[in-house]
Amino acid sequence: MAHILLRHRDIEDLHKLDVYLENGGYEGFRQCLQEHEPGEVIDIIKKANIRGRGGAGFPAGIKWGFIPKDSARTYIVINADESETGTFKDRELLEGNPHQVLEGALIAAYAVGAHAIYCYFRGEFMDAAANFEQALKDAYAQNWLGEDIQGSGFSCDAYSSYGAGAYICGEETALLASLQGDLGQPWSKPPFPAQAGLYGEPTVVNNVETLANVPPVIVNGPEWYLAMGTEDSPGVKVVCLSGHVNRPGNYEVEFGITYRELIFGEEYGGGIRDGKEFKALLPSGGSGPVVVADALDAPLSFDGLKPYDSLMGSASMIVMDEDTDMVWAAMKMIHFFRHESCGKCTPCREGTYWLEQVIVDVLEGRGTEKDIKLLEDVASNMQGKCLCALGEFATSPILSTIRHFPEEYLAHVRAGERPEGTEIEEVARATAPA
Amino acid sequence: MANKLQQKYPEIIEGVLARYPSKKSAILPLMHLAQEEYGHMSQQAMADVAEIVAVSPTHVLSLAGFYTLFYEEPVGKYVLEVCVDLACALRGADEFVEMASRKLGIGPDETTEDGLFTLKKVMCLAACDKAPMLQCNLKYVENLDEEKFDALIEQLRAEAATGEEQEKPVDNILSFAKE
Repeated sequence: MAHILLRHRDIEDLHKLDVYLENGGYEGFRQCLQEHEPGEVIDIIKKANIRGRGGAGFPAGIKWGFIPKDSARTYIVINADESETGTFKDRELLEGNPHQVLEGALIAAYAVGAHAIYCYFRGEFMDAAANFEQALKDAYAQNWLGEDIQGSGFSCDAYSSYGAGAYICGEETALLASLQGDLGQPWSKPPFPAQAGLYGEPTVVNNVETLANVPPVIVNGPEWYLAMGTEDSPGVKVVCLSGHVNRPGNYEVEFGITYRELIFGEEYGGGIRDGKEFKALLPSGGSGPVVVADALDAPLSFDGLKPYDSLMGSASMIVMDEDTDMVWAAMKMIHFFRHESCGKCTPCREGTYWLEQVIVDVLEGRGTEKDIKLLEDVASNMQGKCLCALGEFATSPILSTIRHFPEEYLAHVRAGERPEGTEIEEVARATAPA
Repeated sequence: MANKLQQKYPEIIEGVLARYPSKKSAILPLMHLAQEEYGHMSQQAMADVAEIVAVSPTHVLSLAGFYTLFYEEPVGKYVLEVCVDLACALRGADEFVEMASRKLGIGPDETTEDGLFTLKKVMCLAACDKAPMLQCNLKYVENLDEEKFDALIEQLRAEAATGEEQEKPVDNILSFAKE
């Protein structure tokens, strides 16, 4: 099947404006300008139920519908801060198919009456953003941006902006704070960005991949889109496969495909590296609970992993084989969240710090069984108390690995007293309950 | 006080400021420019930026501390940032960074005596499928192993010896969309 989002894999040089135009580029935006009232555009996107691809799955059409109609200044912000561990889809879209992202943002701008678009890149994308920067210049040169676009009377500017290395800026209010020149720290909602966002004006913040879905939906209609995927998650998704698979990479798939197919299918992950057995999967990068083999037949969809107490998120699948030490994996994740905690709210700042301290003790054999309880205690006391989702996410790898792999935590604790040179696995076997 | 940044890049600065309705929004892009000019976020670099966007130098300092891409200490000509996050670590990133550390004779966050290389361990860089990987002055270098690392270091040493300047990623962010 031809790609809908990763079209640059089928069409050479799609990042260039002339190639994009030859292949139906800006047709969706042109149709909006000539044939649809802004309200109709919102209705089309609502009907197609394009859900937010940053991970939260909030319907884009509903988000656009929150923008007040009478606002003099309204902004669209493209969230290109992609920093979730295991996620590398937006980067490929921005490098390979930048005009489709920009066209999606322009359609959003027309739908909500926005006068300006900002694309906020993480600072580390300075080089990867070159094609998008060129796309902006070319779009201005051919009047797909600027004053009176294609004679329609609609005007809109677009600019890029850059962060400087902070995962938290993927959170929409932290992103807006950063774009205003402040520390990238979230604010307490309400007010939501739709009410008072960038510079206090109504603002839509959409993920890169979400916006890339918009132009084909306008051109082909919502029914075309709804015919793909599942009932609660229509359309296609770019899945990022990493870790111990034979073929890591981005794969564009219809929702509804199983996790098993994605990991083992020859077209996709191609199975576990070096002929090893599958052990565990982080289905949403670091931000969701780990799942084990019983979840593999679940469908890829926003709610598909609910029965397994996990979530799809941005579909960043980190696959781990039988040799992976799950306490080590949890330590890696909590290290990430501790490093990236913005420090504004106490439960997250202190919680992630102590989780890292304690899990490192356990991992290095200095822990006791009480420390496993302590990890659970600290993590569960953070839940529901943090200002934004980062603190909440930080608890997932700890609690889910303790739930699925309690014996590995115990083995590390007991290994603390092991004679030098004894492998942890031996200790685990020796001390396992009969 | 002479503002070297303002004197040297008046047009670029004007272009960056013109992107936003508020001067303060230009602060991160201008800090990137300042770091390029001064090598790291020195007192003078921060003072220059603070003056241009009309905020206190303390505010610039707080941003320099918050955002990991701003270096508060001098760094080498080439900053090698190796991702050691979980997805990369599953494909050998920890072993890779140890090897790099051994070959360069420096630990993480240290700079080689000749001032050429600084090694850093960083969080996810959105290249998990191409691990082990690093960014060299923010340019992606992917699918690495020991041999490719040796070749990279050799190439960078040769480049430094000839004094040849490569295109810099920071040039991208300072080229304004609307010309």
